[in-house]
Amino acid sequence: MALRRYRADLHIHSCLSPCGEVEMSPRRIVDEARKAGLDIIALCDHNTAANTAAAVRAAAESGLRVFPGIEITSSEEVHILGLFESLEDIRPVETAVASNLPMPDSRKTFVRDQIIADEFDGVSGFHPAFLMGATALSAGEVVDLIHAHNGLAVASHFDRSAFGIIAQLGFIPPDLRLDALESASPDKAGEFDEASGLPVIQSSDAHQPDEIGRRSTLFLLAEPSIREIRQALAGLEGRGVLRT
Amino acid sequence: MTLAELVARLDLTVFAGENGLQRAVKSGYAGDLLSDVMARGGENVLWITIQIHPNIVAVAVLKDLAGVVISGGRTPEPETVQRAEKEGLPLLGSALGAFELAGRLHGLGLRGA
Repeated sequence: MALRRYRADLHIHSCLSPCGEVEMSPRRIVDEARKAGLDIIALCDHNTAANTAAAVRAAAESGLRVFPGIEITSSEEVHILGLFESLEDIRPVETAVASNLPMPDSRKTFVRDQIIADEFDGVSGFHPAFLMGATALSAGEVVDLIHAHNGLAVASHFDRSAFGIIAQLGFIPPDLRLDALESASPDKAGEFDEASGLPVIQSSDAHQPDEIGRRSTLFLLAEPSIREIRQALAGLEGRGVLRT
Repeated sequence: MTLAELVARLDLTVFAGENGLQRAVKSGYAGDLLSDVMARGGENVLWITIQIHPNIVAVAVLKDLAGVVISGGRTPEPETVQRAEKEGLPLLGSALGAFELAGRLHGLGLRGA
């Protein structure tokens, strides 16, 4: 199969994340991603995947590949992305995360409304859980949960002071089976982190429309799938992460 | 002051590292960001944290801390206990929260690192 370059932004928040702007509807995200020249995106809200189905539907026949994703907060307050091939894969992960999240006494604790949207910019509900909270799952349990459902586990902004794995845990536990590290600094994509030997990618961590694609990763793949990205991260079969 | 004295006076749980309890404690530090403790901890410091991840053992050994007290009644992960036992690191626990525990230690004469 012929290989080609795919530009991917694998960490975007929607209006469902308490820190995400209300403009970040699934449809708007898809439109902005196409304008930004992206081929692949992943929608990763904090501790929920409730808007991923709408994002996948909004991208139908657009040429943009949308991976359902989730940014899980471990009990140590480390942020870890789970990236999945399909809605069927992510659903049990979302259920497991939901049962390990704190439920607030009152919705007053939220910074913003946590909006569940449909693919036509309609509001279909509000998420009741405290999505900014930490789950009861350890970092190791989060990675195992993601892998049990064929996902890729990526340490979010691993070198950032807030919720990055190094700030929280001092160093990357050698037995934590991460697939990649997402760097918050722009010059590291395509490198390997020396201390952990893990491949480094970069993503926007966008919370508002003009941030989509501000950082991205260029992959060499046969097709836009999680399986291909897994091979690219491992440098197998000619697949790879290109220096961007 | 030795760890053994602190264990007795504050009714601390000993999860691991019983053999290291004769170690003298020089000062104390409280924090849950392990990167911060790596920067601020030092030899013979007693560290109060609510983190229960195995990495706390590595940080304590790296900085040659006297021991670790897990506050708030939290229980360390089994692997954390195993690693502490292997390293001979005193791994202690208290039902008190970090603020109250630090206050009691201060009252016993221990000062901040």
